[in-house]
Amino acid sequence: MISLSEIDTTVKRATKAVGFSWGIAEEVGKCIRILEMFGLPGLKNLNQYFRVFNSKKFQNISLISKSNISNLSYCPIISGLNFLDQSHVLQDLVEIEFENVAFPIIFVAFLSRSSEIIGKRIFLKIDGKEFLLNFNQSIYSNYFSEKIIEQASKIKITFIENKNSFNDKEWQELYKLSEQTFVNETDELKQKAAGAGLTDND
Amino acid sequence: MEIKLRDPKLVMKLSKLGSFHQSKLSFLRSFLKEFKDWDYKRDLFDLDENGNGKAVYSLKKNNKTYSLVCFANNISDLERSDRVIATRWDAAFALHDGVPSKMDIDRLHKNVPKQEVGRLSYKELTLSRANKSIRIFNYIVECLSKGKQPDKKKILDVGYLYRTTAVYGSGKFGLADRFRIKNRNEICGPFRLEMMLVYLVRQFTFDQVNHIAKQKNPRDAVELDREICRNLGIGNSTGLGMAPFIINHPILLNNWILSRETSLKKIREIKKVANEDSEIFKIFLKKSIKNISYWNTESEYQKKKIKELYEDLKKLINFLDDNFDFKKNYPFNDLYIWCEKNLKDECIEFAVSMFMEPYDNIINPLIRKMSADEDKFFTIPAQKNIECLRKIIEENYSQIIKIDFSKKENNQNFWFISKNKEEPRLADRYKEQGSELEQPLAIARDIKKLYERISNIKNSLTVGKFLIENNDLRHLVRRVFISEFFPYAEIQDNTIGSQLMPIDMLRLKLSFFGAVKFDPRSDKWLRICMFQGAPLPNELKSLDSGWIYNSIN
Repeated sequence: MISLSEIDTTVKRATKAVGFSWGIAEEVGKCIRILEMFGLPGLKNLNQYFRVFNSKKFQNISLISKSNISNLSYCPIISGLNFLDQSHVLQDLVEIEFENVAFPIIFVAFLSRSSEIIGKRIFLKIDGKEFLLNFNQSIYSNYFSEKIIEQASKIKITFIENKNSFNDKEWQELYKLSEQTFVNETDELKQKAAGAGLTDND
Repeated sequence: MEIKLRDPKLVMKLSKLGSFHQSKLSFLRSFLKEFKDWDYKRDLFDLDENGNGKAVYSLKKNNKTYSLVCFANNISDLERSDRVIATRWDAAFALHDGVPSKMDIDRLHKNVPKQEVGRLSYKELTLSRANKSIRIFNYIVECLSKGKQPDKKKILDVGYLYRTTAVYGSGKFGLADRFRIKNRNEICGPFRLEMMLVYLVRQFTFDQVNHIAKQKNPRDAVELDREICRNLGIGNSTGLGMAPFIINHPILLNNWILSRETSLKKIREIKKVANEDSEIFKIFLKKSIKNISYWNTESEYQKKKIKELYEDLKKLINFLDDNFDFKKNYPFNDLYIWCEKNLKDECIEFAVSMFMEPYDNIINPLIRKMSADEDKFFTIPAQKNIECLRKIIEENYSQIIKIDFSKKENNQNFWFISKNKEEPRLADRYKEQGSELEQPLAIARDIKKLYERISNIKNSLTVGKFLIENNDLRHLVRRVFISEFFPYAEIQDNTIGSQLMPIDMLRLKLSFFGAVKFDPRSDKWLRICMFQGAPLPNELKSLDSGWIYNSIN
């Protein structure tokens, strides 16, 4: 088995070899490593992208907006990198759409890292495939294929506000149960057991 | 009294870093201390009369076992080479995670002797190979088989029976990735499993030499005296492969140097030094002179450094014996200031290492801080602005941005990866081909390029927006922001200039490993010795922390 470290190093070198800068190559190495660690076919998709990279033209987006449409397919690396660099601003847009992105699985890794940077989950829909990006700790998805996806017609990105997945009633119910592990204090224990002084007006 | 940490712009000069010595912070010393209560066992020893075959050694504690799997091979003298281009070695080794099954050993037998062209699995942690110091090895076999012990002087001048020529870890050739081991309780710092491999290999070398002698003359042969064994280590030949590591791991480098600098600062801040502590310092300092006097090299460069170190050490010891009062306040601070005024770098840094000897209470917590979670600082804070980037460069790279890279001599060399061995190499830009494939290791030159590029950029522009048009400098922007939090992350020198001594970079890393007897064979590779004086594995439980100064010499 190829180790993640070997994947990172080799992807970095290959990315440099097709013409990206060393700094971008470092980012792509990390991203493909993340995808492979999460069980997504990052290396396979990147390899196919690099096969066609010099024979086809791709659109390099710079400033990302709410709706990003291009006749040429967007480069997943430059799009991903700019998304990463602009993620602090982009989160205010709440929803962002891209049309026509090449090899979108590669793009997913950059979004996963963005989720960690801004501290928010990102919900991502690539045509019919759904991905929940959890702070770059895990990726929850309904997509399990190891196939190469050469093109995404539509990508919808939603920044999810940090909120509970349960309501107050459910929380209170569980909290009450947890209280059964506490000890009822007598007045004497209330005075002595905490260890701190009774007044802090010194 | 608060003492400031030494200025990174002085400490991180290559000539200074190339003067570092082993210390209590060194990994092989930490490793022995951390594993001293583990149970050692030789689980398998299946060698033929020539010493070829396989062996397994293990260290075990509770339910955790690490096993060294050894394969000794018959190779001709012509095949024996320490260079990375070699394809066969006297012995090859892998450190296996757990107890290897027969199937594991068979799998490893097919792959470990092949080294770089073999494949390992996530169950293997480190990989290495070694060649005999054939003259010494054969001499010892000869002596032991005749029932005699070898001449100590003759063998200790070399200091080892085998030299390793590479020790690999961290996911290379399919080995376990670092994430699989980094959170283990017993792994308290960097390179512990590399140290474990080398330490167990040392024992294999003794067992093999005893075995061959016994096979040669079963009636009269004796075993190599344990005291002699203790005073033999493992050699290592190291080339340029190690040099880029310290550039490519700025946070790790920072954490090593910061630990060293913090220990010096804390020791200088001790107001009253206990008599017992000053005695430990003086005793080890005097003992260490013996180590220096047996430091042999043919390198004129190193000979000069050793001579200066020897003379300076005598000067330091005389000063301590004649004038120095450890009872006054802040004695180590006074002593350090005296060293700076009166000694050269080689001895100043030697003294810094020696200062640490009495102070487990200062050193032990620092040992735990020498690893690095580099991924945490990988992402560029793109929301910051150019003013911030510029300020960090001006503060942290002030000397570097003064270097004139239009001068040929400041641009002389380039680093590349050899297609042949996938190893880093250094070549003259103006004489050799391949500079268009230069590795991103010319940090000084490229930081200056970044500084010039932002000279006309307005302060308020975010780094993210700057990078849209300037991604060719992205790796430098990342480094600059790392240096904001890690003052010792960068070498404050030009790594491509004509005056570059690459062995300074190797020496820096090897000193943190705990290597001694640096023996440069050129400006690009050197030999060293590890674990000389260390207890044998079955003596580990009674480890003496000052073992490194106990060699017979």
